[in-house]
Amino acid sequence: MREVTFGQYYPVSSFVHKMDARIKILLTIAYIVAVFLVKEFYFLGYAIATLFLLLACIFARVPIIKILKSIKAILFFVIFSSVLQIFFNESGNTILEWEFIKITDIGLYKAGFITLRIVLIVMGTSLLTLTTTPVELADGIESLLSPLKLIKFPAHEFALIMSIALRYIPTLMDETDRIIKAQKARGADFESGNIFKRAKALIPILIPLLIGSFRRADELADAMEARCYTGAKGRTKYKKQRITYRDILGLLAVALVLFGICATNGWVNPNWLIVLPI
Amino acid sequence: MRIVAKGLKYSYDPKAKFKSDALKGVDLVIEEGDFLGIIGRTGSGKSTFIQHLNGLLPVQKDGGTLLVGDYDLSFVNKKAKKSFKDLRKKVGMVFQYPEYQLFAETVFSDVAFGLKNFSPNLSEEEVEDRVRTAINAVGLNYFEVKDKSPFDLSGGQKRRVAIAGVIVNKPEVLVLDEPVAGLDPKGKDEFMSLLHYLKKEFVKTIVIVSHDMDLVCENCNKVAVFADGKVVKHGVPKDVFSSAIEMQNLGLELPLTVYLTALLQERGINIDSDLTVDGFINAVISAKNGGGL
Ligand SMILES: Nc1ncnc2c1ncn2[C@@H]1O[C@H](COP(=O)(O)OP(=O)(O)O)[C@@H](O)[C@H]1O
Ligand SMILES: [Mg+2]
Repeated sequence: MREVTFGQYYPVSSFVHKMDARIKILLTIAYIVAVFLVKEFYFLGYAIATLFLLLACIFARVPIIKILKSIKAILFFVIFSSVLQIFFNESGNTILEWEFIKITDIGLYKAGFITLRIVLIVMGTSLLTLTTTPVELADGIESLLSPLKLIKFPAHEFALIMSIALRYIPTLMDETDRIIKAQKARGADFESGNIFKRAKALIPILIPLLIGSFRRADELADAMEARCYTGAKGRTKYKKQRITYRDILGLLAVALVLFGICATNGWVNPNWLIVLPI
Repeated sequence: MRIVAKGLKYSYDPKAKFKSDALKGVDLVIEEGDFLGIIGRTGSGKSTFIQHLNGLLPVQKDGGTLLVGDYDLSFVNKKAKKSFKDLRKKVGMVFQYPEYQLFAETVFSDVAFGLKNFSPNLSEEEVEDRVRTAINAVGLNYFEVKDKSPFDLSGGQKRRVAIAGVIVNKPEVLVLDEPVAGLDPKGKDEFMSLLHYLKKEFVKTIVIVSHDMDLVCENCNKVAVFADGKVVKHGVPKDVFSSAIEMQNLGLELPLTVYLTALLQERGINIDSDLTVDGFINAVISAKNGGGL
Protein backbone atom coordinates (compact mmCIF):
# COMPACT_ATOMS: atom_id res chain seq x y z
CA MET A 1 0.00 0.00 0.00
CA ARG A 2 2.74 2.39 0.94
CA GLU A 3 4.51 2.19 -2.40
CA VAL A 4 2.38 3.79 -5.00
CA THR A 5 3.34 2.78 -8.49
CA PHE A 6 1.76 5.75 -10.17
CA GLY A 7 4.37 8.38 -10.94
CA GLN A 8 7.02 5.75 -10.29
CA TYR A 9 10.01 8.10 -10.36
CA TYR A 10 13.33 6.29 -10.61
CA PRO A 11 15.76 8.44 -8.67
CA VAL A 12 19.12 8.45 -10.42
CA SER A 13 21.04 11.22 -12.07
CA SER A 14 21.24 10.85 -15.82
CA PHE A 15 21.25 12.61 -19.14
CA VAL A 16 17.49 12.16 -19.52
CA HIS A 17 16.72 13.03 -15.90
CA LYS A 18 18.49 16.33 -16.35
CA MET A 19 16.52 17.27 -19.43
CA ASP A 20 13.91 20.01 -19.28
CA ALA A 21 10.53 18.54 -18.29
CA ARG A 22 8.74 20.64 -20.92
CA ILE A 23 10.92 19.25 -23.67
CA LYS A 24 10.47 15.73 -22.35
CA ILE A 25 6.71 16.09 -22.45
CA LEU A 26 6.79 17.46 -25.98
CA LEU A 27 9.18 14.73 -27.10
CA THR A 28 6.95 12.07 -25.58
CA ILE A 29 4.01 13.44 -27.52
CA ALA A 30 6.09 13.51 -30.70
CA TYR A 31 7.18 9.94 -30.05
CA ILE A 32 3.57 8.81 -29.60
CA VAL A 33 2.64 10.51 -32.86
CA ALA A 34 5.54 8.78 -34.57
CA VAL A 35 4.39 5.37 -33.33
CA PHE A 36 0.88 6.08 -34.60
CA LEU A 37 2.26 7.13 -37.97
CA VAL A 38 3.71 3.68 -38.66
CA LYS A 39 1.70 2.27 -41.55
CA GLU A 40 -0.06 -1.01 -41.08
CA PHE A 41 2.34 -3.94 -41.30
CA TYR A 42 5.42 -1.73 -41.82
CA PHE A 43 7.11 -3.31 -38.83
CA LEU A 44 10.41 -1.65 -39.69
CA GLY A 45 8.98 1.59 -38.24
CA TYR A 46 8.49 -0.17 -34.92
CA ALA A 47 12.04 -1.39 -35.04
CA ILE A 48 13.18 2.23 -35.21
CA ALA A 49 10.97 3.19 -32.27
CA THR A 50 12.23 0.22 -30.25
CA LEU A 51 15.82 1.13 -30.99
CA PHE A 52 15.14 4.68 -29.85
CA LEU A 53 13.55 3.42 -26.62
CA LEU A 54 16.53 1.20 -25.90
CA LEU A 55 18.94 4.09 -26.43
CA ALA A 56 16.79 6.40 -24.29
CA CYS A 57 16.81 3.76 -21.54
CA ILE A 58 20.58 3.61 -21.62
CA PHE A 59 20.86 7.39 -21.51
CA ALA A 60 18.34 7.51 -18.66
CA ARG A 61 20.20 4.82 -16.68
CA VAL A 62 16.86 3.14 -16.05
CA PRO A 63 16.91 -0.69 -16.08
CA ILE A 64 14.93 -2.07 -19.01
CA ILE A 65 13.00 -4.26 -16.58
CA LYS A 66 11.45 -1.13 -15.01
CA ILE A 67 10.06 -0.13 -18.38
CA LEU A 68 8.85 -3.61 -19.16
CA LYS A 69 7.02 -3.70 -15.84
CA SER A 70 4.86 -0.80 -16.95
CA ILE A 71 3.21 -3.16 -19.41
CA LYS A 72 1.86 -5.25 -16.55
CA ALA A 73 -0.73 -2.60 -15.80
CA ILE A 74 -2.21 -2.81 -19.29
CA LEU A 75 -1.66 -6.51 -19.88
CA PHE A 76 -5.35 -7.30 -19.77
CA PHE A 77 -6.11 -4.56 -22.26
CA VAL A 78 -3.40 -5.81 -24.62
CA ILE A 79 -4.58 -9.40 -24.47
CA PHE A 80 -8.18 -8.35 -24.92
CA SER A 81 -7.51 -6.29 -28.01
CA SER A 82 -5.33 -8.94 -29.62
CA VAL A 83 -7.90 -11.64 -28.96
CA LEU A 84 -10.49 -9.46 -30.64
CA GLN A 85 -8.21 -9.04 -33.66
CA ILE A 86 -7.38 -12.72 -33.91
CA PHE A 87 -10.89 -14.12 -33.59
CA PHE A 88 -12.93 -11.55 -35.41
CA ASN A 89 -10.85 -11.03 -38.47
CA GLU A 90 -12.32 -12.55 -41.60
CA SER A 91 -9.91 -11.51 -44.31
CA GLY A 92 -6.64 -13.18 -45.26
CA ASN A 93 -5.53 -16.77 -45.62
CA THR A 94 -7.01 -19.14 -43.09
CA ILE A 95 -4.43 -20.77 -40.85
CA LEU A 96 -6.72 -22.59 -38.50
CA GLU A 97 -10.42 -23.23 -38.52
CA TRP A 98 -12.42 -24.86 -35.75
CA GLU A 99 -16.16 -24.57 -35.29
CA PHE A 100 -16.95 -20.87 -35.56
CA ILE A 101 -13.39 -19.76 -34.84
CA LYS A 102 -11.28 -18.84 -37.83
CA ILE A 103 -7.74 -17.60 -37.48
CA THR A 104 -6.18 -15.90 -40.47
CA ASP A 105 -2.70 -14.62 -41.12
CA ILE A 106 -3.96 -11.06 -41.42
CA GLY A 107 -5.70 -11.41 -38.06
CA LEU A 108 -2.44 -12.48 -36.47
CA TYR A 109 -0.55 -9.66 -38.16
CA LYS A 110 -3.09 -7.14 -36.95
CA ALA A 111 -2.98 -8.46 -33.40
CA GLY A 112 0.80 -8.25 -33.37
CA PHE A 113 0.72 -4.78 -34.89
CA ILE A 114 -1.72 -3.36 -32.39
CA THR A 115 -0.04 -5.03 -29.43
CA LEU A 116 3.28 -3.53 -30.46
CA ARG A 117 1.73 -0.12 -30.85
CA ILE A 118 0.21 -0.13 -27.34
CA VAL A 119 3.32 -1.58 -25.75
CA LEU A 120 5.64 0.94 -27.41
CA ILE A 121 3.46 3.85 -26.39
CA VAL A 122 3.11 2.75 -22.79
CA MET A 123 6.83 2.07 -22.47
CA GLY A 124 7.63 5.50 -23.91
CA THR A 125 5.30 7.29 -21.51
CA SER A 126 6.58 5.33 -18.56
CA LEU A 127 10.07 6.48 -19.46
CA LEU A 128 8.79 10.02 -19.00
CA THR A 129 7.35 9.35 -15.55
CA LEU A 130 10.39 7.31 -14.53
CA THR A 131 12.76 10.17 -15.27
CA THR A 132 10.61 13.15 -14.24
CA THR A 133 9.29 13.85 -10.75
CA PRO A 134 5.56 14.56 -10.45
CA VAL A 135 6.36 18.12 -9.41
CA GLU A 136 8.52 18.70 -12.48
CA LEU A 137 5.78 17.20 -14.62
CA ALA A 138 3.14 19.51 -13.19
CA ASP A 139 5.45 22.50 -13.62
CA GLY A 140 6.20 21.46 -17.18
CA ILE A 141 2.54 21.12 -18.04
CA GLU A 142 1.77 24.49 -16.49
CA SER A 143 4.48 26.11 -18.55
CA LEU A 144 3.36 24.37 -21.74
CA LEU A 145 -0.23 25.39 -21.16
CA SER A 146 0.56 28.98 -20.26
CA PRO A 147 0.03 30.32 -23.81
CA LEU A 148 -3.59 29.24 -23.33
CA LYS A 149 -3.88 31.88 -20.60
CA LEU A 150 -4.53 34.26 -23.48
CA ILE A 151 -7.89 32.58 -23.96
CA LYS A 152 -8.44 32.58 -20.17
CA PHE A 153 -7.48 28.96 -19.64
CA PRO A 154 -6.43 28.59 -15.95
CA ALA A 155 -3.07 26.92 -16.61
CA HIS A 156 -1.65 27.55 -13.15
CA GLU A 157 -4.72 26.24 -11.37
CA PHE A 158 -4.78 23.23 -13.64
CA ALA A 159 -1.20 22.35 -12.72
CA LEU A 160 -1.92 23.01 -9.05
CA ILE A 161 -4.87 20.64 -9.09
CA MET A 162 -2.69 18.04 -10.70
CA SER A 163 0.11 18.27 -8.17
CA ILE A 164 -2.30 18.28 -5.24
CA ALA A 165 -4.01 15.20 -6.62
CA LEU A 166 -0.66 13.45 -6.98
CA ARG A 167 0.35 14.45 -3.49
CA TYR A 168 -2.80 12.98 -1.99
CA ILE A 169 -2.78 9.60 -3.71
CA PRO A 170 -0.72 7.89 -0.98
CA THR A 171 -2.76 9.59 1.75
CA LEU A 172 -5.98 8.39 0.19
CA MET A 173 -4.64 4.86 -0.16
CA ASP A 174 -3.77 4.79 3.53
CA GLU A 175 -7.16 6.18 4.42
CA THR A 176 -8.95 3.65 2.21
CA ASP A 177 -7.01 0.86 3.87
CA ARG A 178 -8.06 2.12 7.29
CA ILE A 179 -11.73 2.47 6.40
CA ILE A 180 -11.87 -0.96 4.76
CA LYS A 181 -10.46 -2.49 7.92
CA ALA A 182 -12.87 -0.58 10.14
CA GLN A 183 -15.89 -1.74 8.14
CA LYS A 184 -14.59 -5.29 7.93
CA ALA A 185 -14.36 -5.22 11.73
CA ARG A 186 -18.08 -4.43 11.66
CA GLY A 187 -18.75 -7.49 9.55
CA ALA A 188 -18.73 -5.89 6.11
CA ASP A 189 -18.07 -8.41 3.38
CA PHE A 190 -16.56 -7.25 0.12
CA GLU A 191 -15.70 -10.62 -1.34
CA SER A 192 -18.93 -12.54 -1.74
CA GLY A 193 -22.24 -12.04 -3.46
CA ASN A 194 -23.12 -10.96 -6.96
CA ILE A 195 -21.92 -7.80 -8.63
CA PHE A 196 -24.78 -5.63 -7.30
CA LYS A 197 -24.23 -6.80 -3.77
CA ARG A 198 -20.54 -6.05 -4.07
CA ALA A 199 -21.16 -2.62 -5.52
CA LYS A 200 -23.50 -1.87 -2.65
CA ALA A 201 -20.90 -3.07 -0.18
CA LEU A 202 -18.64 -0.25 -1.39
CA ILE A 203 -20.93 2.48 -0.05
CA PRO A 204 -19.61 2.23 3.53
CA ILE A 205 -16.12 2.83 2.10
CA LEU A 206 -16.85 5.51 -0.46
CA ILE A 207 -18.87 7.82 1.74
CA PRO A 208 -16.34 8.15 4.57
CA LEU A 209 -13.63 8.53 1.93
CA LEU A 210 -15.52 11.33 0.22
CA ILE A 211 -16.25 13.11 3.46
CA GLY A 212 -12.64 12.73 4.51
CA SER A 213 -11.52 14.27 1.22
CA PHE A 214 -13.75 17.30 1.74
CA ARG A 215 -12.37 17.69 5.23
CA ARG A 216 -8.80 17.52 3.88
CA ALA A 217 -9.60 19.99 1.11
CA ASP A 218 -10.90 22.42 3.70
CA GLU A 219 -7.81 22.03 5.84
CA LEU A 220 -5.52 22.44 2.87
CA ALA A 221 -7.33 25.56 1.69
CA ASP A 222 -7.00 27.06 5.18
CA ALA A 223 -3.32 26.19 5.32
CA MET A 224 -2.70 27.75 1.91
CA GLU A 225 -4.58 30.89 2.80
CA ALA A 226 -2.74 31.15 6.10
CA ARG A 227 0.45 31.29 4.03
CA CYS A 228 -0.96 33.99 1.78
CA TYR A 229 -1.46 31.94 -1.34
CA THR A 230 -3.26 34.12 -3.86
CA GLY A 231 -2.88 32.26 -7.12
CA ALA A 232 -0.44 32.50 -9.96
CA LYS A 233 0.01 36.25 -9.99
CA GLY A 234 3.53 37.34 -9.10
CA ARG A 235 4.51 33.83 -8.12
CA THR A 236 8.06 32.75 -8.88
CA LYS A 237 9.39 29.24 -9.33
CA TYR A 238 11.67 27.55 -6.85
CA LYS A 239 13.26 25.55 -9.64
CA LYS A 240 13.59 27.21 -13.00
CA GLN A 241 13.77 24.89 -15.96
CA ARG A 242 16.41 25.65 -18.51
CA ILE A 243 16.99 24.35 -22.00
CA THR A 244 20.47 22.86 -22.43
CA TYR A 245 22.42 20.95 -25.06
CA ARG A 246 20.76 17.79 -23.75
CA ASP A 247 17.38 19.02 -24.87
CA ILE A 248 18.72 19.90 -28.30
CA LEU A 249 20.18 16.41 -28.66
CA GLY A 250 16.89 14.91 -27.49
CA LEU A 251 15.01 16.94 -30.07
CA LEU A 252 17.38 15.77 -32.78
CA ALA A 253 16.99 12.14 -31.76
CA VAL A 254 13.20 12.26 -31.86
CA ALA A 255 13.29 14.18 -35.15
CA LEU A 256 15.42 11.37 -36.50
CA VAL A 257 12.87 8.79 -35.32
CA LEU A 258 10.07 10.72 -36.98
CA PHE A 259 12.07 11.02 -40.16
CA GLY A 260 13.01 7.33 -40.07
CA ILE A 261 9.42 6.25 -39.64
CA CYS A 262 8.27 8.52 -42.47
CA ALA A 263 11.03 7.03 -44.62
CA THR A 264 10.02 3.45 -43.89
CA ASN A 265 6.45 4.41 -44.67
CA GLY A 266 7.73 5.51 -48.06
CA TRP A 267 6.75 9.12 -47.57
CA VAL A 268 10.22 10.49 -48.19
CA ASN A 269 11.06 11.12 -51.81
CA PRO A 270 14.78 10.40 -52.34
CA ASN A 271 14.86 13.21 -54.89
CA TRP A 272 14.41 15.77 -52.08
CA LEU A 273 17.80 14.91 -50.73
CA ILE A 274 19.43 16.06 -53.95
CA VAL A 275 18.49 19.61 -53.10
CA LEU A 276 20.94 19.44 -50.24
CA PRO A 277 24.30 20.73 -51.45
CA ILE A 278 26.44 17.70 -50.79
CA MET B 1 -12.06 -15.41 25.89
CA ARG B 2 -8.43 -15.86 26.68
CA ILE B 3 -6.00 -14.54 24.11
CA VAL B 4 -2.62 -16.20 23.76
CA ALA B 5 0.04 -15.00 21.34
CA LYS B 6 3.29 -16.92 21.07
CA GLY B 7 6.19 -15.74 18.95
CA LEU B 8 3.85 -13.71 16.76
CA LYS B 9 5.72 -12.23 13.80
CA TYR B 10 4.41 -10.03 11.03
CA SER B 11 5.93 -8.31 8.03
CA TYR B 12 4.03 -5.87 5.82
CA ASP B 13 6.28 -6.76 2.92
CA PRO B 14 7.37 -10.37 3.32
CA LYS B 15 8.96 -10.50 -0.13
CA ALA B 16 11.32 -7.56 0.40
CA LYS B 17 15.01 -8.39 0.40
CA PHE B 18 15.82 -6.49 3.56
CA LYS B 19 12.56 -7.10 5.29
CA SER B 20 11.94 -5.32 8.52
CA ASP B 21 9.26 -6.98 10.56
CA ALA B 22 6.57 -4.91 12.23
CA LEU B 23 6.22 -7.68 14.82
CA LYS B 24 9.29 -9.67 15.81
CA GLY B 25 7.91 -12.35 18.09
CA VAL B 26 5.20 -11.09 20.40
CA ASP B 27 4.51 -13.20 23.48
CA LEU B 28 1.45 -12.05 25.37
CA VAL B 29 -1.42 -13.59 27.30
CA ILE B 30 -4.59 -11.57 27.81
CA GLU B 31 -6.83 -13.12 30.42
CA GLU B 32 -10.59 -12.91 30.31
CA GLY B 33 -11.64 -9.93 32.41
CA ASP B 34 -8.42 -7.97 31.85
CA PHE B 35 -8.45 -4.24 31.27
CA LEU B 36 -5.18 -4.24 29.38
CA GLY B 37 -3.31 -1.08 28.46
CA ILE B 38 -0.85 -1.33 25.57
CA ILE B 39 1.83 1.33 25.51
CA GLY B 40 4.96 1.90 23.44
CA ARG B 41 6.47 4.38 21.04
CA THR B 42 4.99 5.11 17.65
CA GLY B 43 5.98 2.34 15.24
CA SER B 44 6.55 -0.25 17.94
CA GLY B 45 3.87 -2.52 16.46
CA LYS B 46 0.88 -1.87 18.72
CA SER B 47 -1.64 -1.36 15.92
CA THR B 48 -0.22 -4.24 13.93
CA PHE B 49 -0.63 -6.55 16.91
CA ILE B 50 -4.20 -5.67 17.77
CA GLN B 51 -5.31 -6.04 14.15
CA HIS B 52 -4.39 -9.71 14.47
CA LEU B 53 -6.92 -10.21 17.24
CA ASN B 54 -9.92 -10.25 14.87
CA GLY B 55 -8.17 -11.55 11.79
CA LEU B 56 -7.84 -8.23 9.97
CA LEU B 57 -4.19 -9.09 9.55
CA PRO B 58 -3.62 -12.81 9.01
CA VAL B 59 -0.92 -14.69 10.87
CA GLN B 60 1.80 -15.30 8.30
CA LYS B 61 3.73 -18.45 7.50
CA ASP B 62 6.22 -19.16 10.30
CA GLY B 63 4.59 -16.23 12.08
CA GLY B 64 4.03 -17.91 15.43
CA THR B 65 0.71 -18.90 16.99
CA LEU B 66 -2.33 -16.96 18.08
CA LEU B 67 -5.30 -18.28 20.00
CA VAL B 68 -8.33 -16.08 20.58
CA GLY B 69 -10.72 -18.01 22.78
CA ASP B 70 -11.53 -21.16 20.80
CA TYR B 71 -10.26 -19.73 17.54
CA ASP B 72 -6.85 -20.83 16.41
CA LEU B 73 -5.69 -18.10 14.06
CA SER B 74 -2.29 -19.62 13.39
CA PHE B 75 -1.18 -20.05 9.80
CA VAL B 76 -2.24 -23.38 8.32
CA ASN B 77 -1.70 -23.04 4.61
CA LYS B 78 -2.38 -20.55 1.92
CA LYS B 79 -5.58 -22.21 0.69
CA ALA B 80 -7.26 -22.49 4.08
CA LYS B 81 -9.52 -19.49 3.86
CA LYS B 82 -11.02 -18.82 7.21
CA SER B 83 -14.25 -17.04 7.78
CA PHE B 84 -13.71 -14.40 10.41
CA LYS B 85 -17.31 -13.32 10.78
CA ASP B 86 -17.92 -15.15 14.03
CA LEU B 87 -14.63 -14.00 15.44
CA ARG B 88 -15.20 -10.39 14.47
CA LYS B 89 -18.54 -10.43 16.18
CA LYS B 90 -16.89 -11.53 19.41
CA VAL B 91 -13.86 -9.26 19.16
CA GLY B 92 -15.07 -5.71 18.57
CA MET B 93 -12.52 -3.25 17.26
CA VAL B 94 -12.57 0.52 17.49
CA PHE B 95 -9.96 2.23 15.35
CA GLN B 96 -8.26 5.54 15.90
CA TYR B 97 -10.63 8.40 15.04
CA PRO B 98 -13.58 5.99 14.68
CA GLU B 99 -15.84 8.92 13.80
CA TYR B 100 -14.26 8.89 10.34
CA GLN B 101 -15.86 5.57 9.50
CA LEU B 102 -19.48 6.71 9.88
CA PHE B 103 -21.36 6.59 6.60
CA ALA B 104 -25.08 5.99 6.96
CA GLU B 105 -27.92 8.50 6.64
CA THR B 106 -29.03 8.19 10.24
CA VAL B 107 -27.38 7.33 13.51
CA PHE B 108 -29.76 4.39 13.80
CA SER B 109 -28.76 2.76 10.54
CA ASP B 110 -25.08 3.34 11.17
CA VAL B 111 -25.26 1.61 14.52
CA ALA B 112 -27.38 -1.16 13.02
CA PHE B 113 -24.89 -1.76 10.19
CA GLY B 114 -22.68 -4.19 12.09
CA LEU B 115 -25.63 -5.87 13.74
CA LYS B 116 -27.29 -6.61 10.40
CA ASN B 117 -24.02 -7.94 9.02
CA PHE B 118 -23.37 -10.27 11.91
CA SER B 119 -26.92 -11.28 12.84
CA PRO B 120 -28.99 -11.11 9.65
CA ASN B 121 -31.82 -13.13 11.15
CA LEU B 122 -32.87 -10.70 13.87
CA SER B 123 -36.38 -9.30 13.70
CA GLU B 124 -37.00 -5.56 13.32
CA GLU B 125 -37.96 -5.27 16.98
CA GLU B 126 -34.86 -7.09 18.14
CA VAL B 127 -32.69 -4.83 16.00
CA GLU B 128 -34.34 -1.74 17.41
CA ASP B 129 -33.99 -3.08 20.92
CA ARG B 130 -30.30 -3.78 20.53
CA VAL B 131 -29.58 -0.46 18.83
CA ARG B 132 -31.41 1.46 21.55
CA THR B 133 -29.47 -0.33 24.28
CA ALA B 134 -26.19 0.38 22.54
CA ILE B 135 -26.88 4.06 21.94
CA ASN B 136 -28.05 4.58 25.51
CA ALA B 137 -25.04 2.65 26.78
CA VAL B 138 -22.61 5.13 25.21
CA GLY B 139 -24.39 7.96 26.99
CA LEU B 140 -26.48 9.36 24.16
CA ASN B 141 -30.21 9.93 24.18
CA TYR B 142 -31.65 7.37 21.77
CA PHE B 143 -34.77 9.32 20.79
CA GLU B 144 -32.82 12.51 20.32
CA VAL B 145 -30.16 11.17 18.00
CA LYS B 146 -31.55 8.11 16.24
CA ASP B 147 -32.93 9.94 13.21
CA LYS B 148 -30.18 12.54 12.99
CA SER B 149 -27.46 12.37 10.40
CA PRO B 150 -24.27 11.24 12.12
CA PHE B 151 -22.49 14.12 10.38
CA ASP B 152 -24.57 16.68 12.27
CA LEU B 153 -23.25 15.53 15.64
CA SER B 154 -20.31 16.95 17.56
CA GLY B 155 -16.94 15.20 17.42
CA GLY B 156 -17.36 13.53 20.79
CA GLN B 157 -20.88 12.38 19.97
CA LYS B 158 -19.71 10.93 16.65
CA ARG B 159 -17.09 8.93 18.46
CA ARG B 160 -19.73 7.58 20.81
CA VAL B 161 -21.96 6.60 17.90
CA ALA B 162 -19.04 4.76 16.32
CA ILE B 163 -18.48 2.84 19.55
CA ALA B 164 -22.19 2.06 19.83
CA GLY B 165 -21.86 0.55 16.34
CA VAL B 166 -19.33 -1.90 17.76
CA ILE B 167 -20.83 -2.83 21.12
CA VAL B 168 -24.25 -3.38 19.52
CA ASN B 169 -22.89 -6.80 18.50
CA LYS B 170 -22.28 -7.69 22.16
CA PRO B 171 -18.60 -8.51 21.70
CA GLU B 172 -16.76 -10.32 24.45
CA VAL B 173 -13.56 -8.43 23.84
CA LEU B 174 -13.40 -4.73 23.00
CA VAL B 175 -10.18 -3.51 21.40
CA LEU B 176 -9.57 0.22 21.04
CA ASP B 177 -6.66 1.83 19.18
CA GLU B 178 -5.80 5.19 20.72
CA PRO B 179 -9.45 6.03 21.46
CA VAL B 180 -8.77 9.21 23.43
CA ALA B 181 -6.50 10.83 20.83
CA GLY B 182 -7.72 14.37 20.22
CA LEU B 183 -9.99 14.57 23.29
CA ASP B 184 -9.57 17.22 25.98
CA PRO B 185 -8.84 16.13 29.60
CA LYS B 186 -12.52 16.19 30.54
CA GLY B 187 -13.43 14.26 27.40
CA LYS B 188 -10.78 11.70 28.28
CA ASP B 189 -12.17 11.23 31.78
CA GLU B 190 -15.70 10.85 30.48
CA PHE B 191 -14.51 8.39 27.89
CA MET B 192 -12.76 6.26 30.46
CA SER B 193 -15.83 6.20 32.70
CA LEU B 194 -17.74 5.03 29.65
CA LEU B 195 -15.26 2.18 29.15
CA HIS B 196 -15.55 1.15 32.81
CA TYR B 197 -19.31 1.15 32.49
CA LEU B 198 -19.13 -0.92 29.30
CA LYS B 199 -16.79 -3.36 30.95
CA LYS B 200 -19.15 -3.80 33.85
CA GLU B 201 -22.30 -4.21 31.74
CA PHE B 202 -21.37 -5.37 28.25
CA VAL B 203 -17.91 -6.72 27.51
CA LYS B 204 -15.64 -9.01 29.44
CA THR B 205 -12.23 -7.88 28.30
CA ILE B 206 -10.93 -4.48 27.18
CA VAL B 207 -7.69 -3.85 25.34
CA ILE B 208 -6.76 -0.23 24.91
CA VAL B 209 -3.77 1.31 23.12
CA SER B 210 -2.79 4.70 24.50
CA HIS B 211 0.06 7.15 24.77
CA ASP B 212 -1.34 8.61 27.96
CA MET B 213 0.59 6.97 30.81
CA ASP B 214 -1.57 8.50 33.54
CA LEU B 215 -4.67 7.17 31.89
CA VAL B 216 -3.24 3.66 31.55
CA CYS B 217 -1.89 3.68 35.09
CA GLU B 218 -5.20 4.85 36.48
CA ASN B 219 -7.57 2.58 34.57
CA CYS B 220 -5.85 -0.64 33.55
CA ASN B 221 -5.23 -3.68 35.68
CA LYS B 222 -2.52 -4.90 33.31
CA VAL B 223 -0.02 -3.11 31.11
CA ALA B 224 1.98 -4.42 28.16
CA VAL B 225 4.89 -2.39 26.85
CA PHE B 226 5.74 -2.75 23.16
CA ALA B 227 9.17 -1.89 21.85
CA ASP B 228 10.51 -2.67 18.40
CA GLY B 229 7.91 -5.30 17.58
CA LYS B 230 8.07 -7.15 20.89
CA VAL B 231 6.46 -7.08 24.31
CA VAL B 232 9.27 -6.07 26.62
CA LYS B 233 7.25 -5.78 29.81
CA HIS B 234 3.89 -7.10 30.93
CA GLY B 235 2.21 -7.06 34.30
CA VAL B 236 0.35 -4.91 36.79
CA PRO B 237 1.06 -1.15 36.48
CA LYS B 238 2.99 -1.14 39.72
CA ASP B 239 5.56 -3.60 38.39
CA VAL B 240 5.70 -2.27 34.85
CA PHE B 241 6.29 1.32 35.91
CA SER B 242 8.60 0.42 38.78
CA SER B 243 11.83 1.24 36.96
CA ALA B 244 11.94 4.88 35.91
CA ILE B 245 15.23 4.45 34.06
CA GLU B 246 13.92 1.55 32.04
CA MET B 247 10.84 3.52 31.05
CA GLN B 248 12.96 6.42 29.93
CA ASN B 249 15.17 4.12 27.88
CA LEU B 250 12.05 2.92 26.12
CA GLY B 251 11.21 6.54 25.33
CA LEU B 252 8.13 6.57 27.53
CA GLU B 253 7.00 9.13 30.04
CA LEU B 254 6.34 8.31 33.65
CA PRO B 255 2.83 8.48 35.13
CA LEU B 256 2.49 11.34 37.59
CA THR B 257 1.99 9.05 40.59
CA VAL B 258 5.18 7.16 39.77
CA TYR B 259 7.06 10.42 39.43
CA LEU B 260 5.75 11.70 42.77
CA THR B 261 6.54 8.40 44.47
CA ALA B 262 10.11 8.73 43.23
CA LEU B 263 10.37 12.36 44.41
CA LEU B 264 9.09 11.40 47.85
CA GLN B 265 11.52 8.53 48.01
CA GLU B 266 14.38 10.94 47.33
CA ARG B 267 13.29 12.76 50.46
CA GLY B 268 13.30 9.55 52.42
CA ILE B 269 9.57 8.85 52.39
CA ASN B 270 8.56 5.46 51.04
CA ILE B 271 5.07 5.25 49.62
CA ASP B 272 3.71 1.92 48.53
CA SER B 273 0.57 2.19 46.41
CA ASP B 274 -1.08 0.66 43.35
CA LEU B 275 -0.25 3.91 41.50
CA THR B 276 -3.83 5.03 40.94
CA VAL B 277 -4.52 8.55 42.14
CA ASP B 278 -6.80 7.32 44.94
CA GLY B 279 -4.42 4.58 45.95
CA PHE B 280 -1.52 7.02 46.00
CA ILE B 281 -3.34 9.60 48.11
CA ASN B 282 -4.53 6.99 50.57
CA ALA B 283 -1.01 5.68 50.92
CA VAL B 284 0.28 9.22 51.54
CA ILE B 285 -2.43 9.84 54.15
CA SER B 286 -1.73 6.62 55.99
CA ALA B 287 2.00 7.35 55.90
CA LYS B 288 1.24 10.75 57.40
CA ASN B 289 -1.05 9.32 60.08
CA GLY B 290 1.45 6.61 60.84
CA GLY B 291 3.97 9.29 61.61
CA GLY B 292 6.01 8.82 58.48
CA LEU B 293 5.66 12.47 57.55
N1 LIG C 1 0.06 -0.46 6.18
C1 LIG C 1 1.38 -0.53 6.41
N2 LIG C 1 2.24 -0.81 5.40
C2 LIG C 1 3.57 -0.91 5.62
N3 LIG C 1 4.15 -0.75 6.82
C3 LIG C 1 3.36 -0.46 7.87
C4 LIG C 1 1.94 -0.34 7.72
N4 LIG C 1 1.40 -0.06 8.93
C5 LIG C 1 2.45 0.00 9.79
N5 LIG C 1 3.61 -0.24 9.16
C6 LIG C 1 4.96 -0.29 9.81
O1 LIG C 1 4.95 -1.28 10.79
C7 LIG C 1 5.60 -0.83 11.97
C8 LIG C 1 4.66 -0.90 13.14
O2 LIG C 1 3.60 0.03 12.96
P1 LIG C 1 2.32 0.13 13.89
O3 LIG C 1 1.86 -1.23 14.22
O4 LIG C 1 1.37 1.04 13.23
O5 LIG C 1 2.93 0.82 15.19
P2 LIG C 1 2.21 1.64 16.34
O6 LIG C 1 0.74 1.40 16.26
O7 LIG C 1 2.85 1.09 17.59
O8 LIG C 1 2.58 3.06 16.14
C9 LIG C 1 6.08 0.59 11.65
O9 LIG C 1 7.45 0.51 11.32
C10 LIG C 1 5.26 1.02 10.49
O10 LIG C 1 5.99 1.88 9.66
MG1 LIG D 1 -0.82 2.81 15.96
